[in-house]
Amino acid sequence: MKVGLFIPCYVDQFYPQIGIASLELLQKFGCEVSFPMNQTCCGQPMANSGYAHLTEGCDTNFVDNFSEFDYIVCPSGSCTMHVKEHLHSKENEAAATHIRKNVYELTEFLTDVLKVEAIEGNFPYKVGMHQSCHGQRGLKLSQMSELNAAPFSKPDQLLSKIKGLELVSLNRKDECCGFGGTFCVTEEAVSVKMGQDRIKDHAAHEVDYITGGDMSCLMHLEGILRRQKSNIKVIHIAEILNSI
Amino acid sequence: MKNTIDHSTAAATFNKDVERVNWHDETLWFVRSKRDKSAHAIPEWEALRDTASKIKNNVLSNMHHYLQEFEAKAKENGIIVHWAADGAEHNKIVHSIIAKHGVTQMVKSKSMLTEECHLNEYLADNGVQVIDSDLGEFIVQLRQEPPSHIVLPAIHLKKEDVSDTFNEHLGTEKGNNDPQYLTEAARKELRDTFLTRKVALTGVNFAVAETGEFVVCTNEGNADMGAHLADVHIACMGFEKLVPERKHLGVFLRLLARSATGQPITTFSSHFKKPRKGQEMHIVIVDNGRSTQLGREEFRNSLKCIRCGACMNTCPVYRRSGGHSYHNAVAGPIGSILAPNLDMKKNADLPFASTLCGSCTNVCPVKIDIHDQLYKWRQVLVKEGYTPTSKTIAMKGMSAVLANPTVFKIAGKAGRFVMKNMPFMVNNNLNAWYKQREMPAPPEESFREWYARKAKESKDKK
Repeated sequence: MKVGLFIPCYVDQFYPQIGIASLELLQKFGCEVSFPMNQTCCGQPMANSGYAHLTEGCDTNFVDNFSEFDYIVCPSGSCTMHVKEHLHSKENEAAATHIRKNVYELTEFLTDVLKVEAIEGNFPYKVGMHQSCHGQRGLKLSQMSELNAAPFSKPDQLLSKIKGLELVSLNRKDECCGFGGTFCVTEEAVSVKMGQDRIKDHAAHEVDYITGGDMSCLMHLEGILRRQKSNIKVIHIAEILNSI
Repeated sequence: MKNTIDHSTAAATFNKDVERVNWHDETLWFVRSKRDKSAHAIPEWEALRDTASKIKNNVLSNMHHYLQEFEAKAKENGIIVHWAADGAEHNKIVHSIIAKHGVTQMVKSKSMLTEECHLNEYLADNGVQVIDSDLGEFIVQLRQEPPSHIVLPAIHLKKEDVSDTFNEHLGTEKGNNDPQYLTEAARKELRDTFLTRKVALTGVNFAVAETGEFVVCTNEGNADMGAHLADVHIACMGFEKLVPERKHLGVFLRLLARSATGQPITTFSSHFKKPRKGQEMHIVIVDNGRSTQLGREEFRNSLKCIRCGACMNTCPVYRRSGGHSYHNAVAGPIGSILAPNLDMKKNADLPFASTLCGSCTNVCPVKIDIHDQLYKWRQVLVKEGYTPTSKTIAMKGMSAVLANPTVFKIAGKAGRFVMKNMPFMVNNNLNAWYKQREMPAPPEESFREWYARKAKESKDKK
């Protein structure tokens, strides 16, 4: 199976280790993975700011880069959701449709497509899972606390297979961290307060690491943690799943 | 009209008092948790939400029919029905009824519609004194503040604040913060109001087209106390309050209080069908922008709202910014999708006062796609020109680079493009990111550089 690795632009530039972990992880499970070198961005930063009409160029470029793959896999719930819900192409709508139907966030690709049962991994730490809202409520990677419905969690399902990892149970298991794209600067006060409150919940459970499927949330939390000179570290879930 | 302070500025001010923000957040989270417990105890909860949403779909698609049916039945029952195109007409109608009876005082139970129409101010300007009889509204009215929440109007206040307010206006003991004592004081004051007012105004939670009756839900019984003792009962409703048949109330009454506070049902769910002997009963049916919203295909679902406030209680932004920061009668997520319909310029900031986390949509008892509508309002507001030019220029520049991989590669050595262009990352002293957060450190090489290097290395090996 041919997998196109879609790496969010800010991950490409700031967190290459997440791209590397995702690539290695997929290869470990037997996928033929390539990273199309001309990919840029899914267009979400513009669309969420109200400028969806400016994303046509991004869309075209995305379709050019990813139409040849069976699956498109991305270590971000947020970017995956944007492509799934908003990718269109005037020139090649069939290709855009193919991509929308076959784009997966990394953990759901592992659980739903590859049907991964066992992962070799060792991460002897106390870990708090931060659910990104777009991954959880957008892609339904795990059950939402608001609904009267049976619980499940695709990321937790994978993390539970990692040796030594102790997953804590948070007081507010799916409260937003306050990143929100441009929200984090236009509503700086509320954004930071939301992040501080999320961190408090994790800290109360004495975690060593906060992990999650979206580095944007973690980047925001990391910024606050470092300013607080906290010992808690953030780590993307791909890095934990790829830890030997 | 006072100048409107935009949401982010007002929220920043609210956040200066960390203890109060924590208390506000935790209080409303407690209400959300009660809602969860109560909703999760009902196996058919999600089916109920679905049913309610569908009933409201039917209402919105047949509004003309149900409104006519309701009017005809209400008239048959002896109720006088009025139609108001906007807030100004609504206020005039209410005032004309009061004036006809030659009174200058009125008691009013909770009605967000009258807040939306600014009825109290209008009546005050016309020499009519209004006393709000809901305890929360009574408190904020004494303080000359608008409600900060549609169900819990004084939720921004602590008992110490209430004590100070009552000390100033009702002469209660200074520093006595005992809730029992304070409530008694309000009760005594309101008892006199109930006994002496000839005109009582109430809101409407549900109006039944089939029977011409309406239902008013309160926990304090203050609507009943007002209406039962007054010679004239005026009920004001936005036209979307209709349900087709009486049996549908079973669905909505089960959802309303559970969603709002976690109670199985409001203490009082009072049905008003016809005036008692010697009493006069009026209904004022108000449009005030609702037919415009009904005509906006992407936003019409917002008219399903039954004003439970669940979206506010769950909203992590509302909990940490307070209701007043939304500068609209209805605050929070639902207010942010209703307000731009009334005035895009004034409310252009509200759809951006959200992280689009989607929790609002999940708790909504009538399944309004609130966070999707916030996203859609952003698109509309940008297209209509209600965003700052500087933002538009930045967005255009960014999209041009991102659309062109060659330019992106030149722009994008590790860290460089994102730091320079992503609106949340621009690295200078004015950067709001840096105020309370460290910047991520750019790595030695980007993923794409690593990938290219590895590809070359493996090629060289071969």
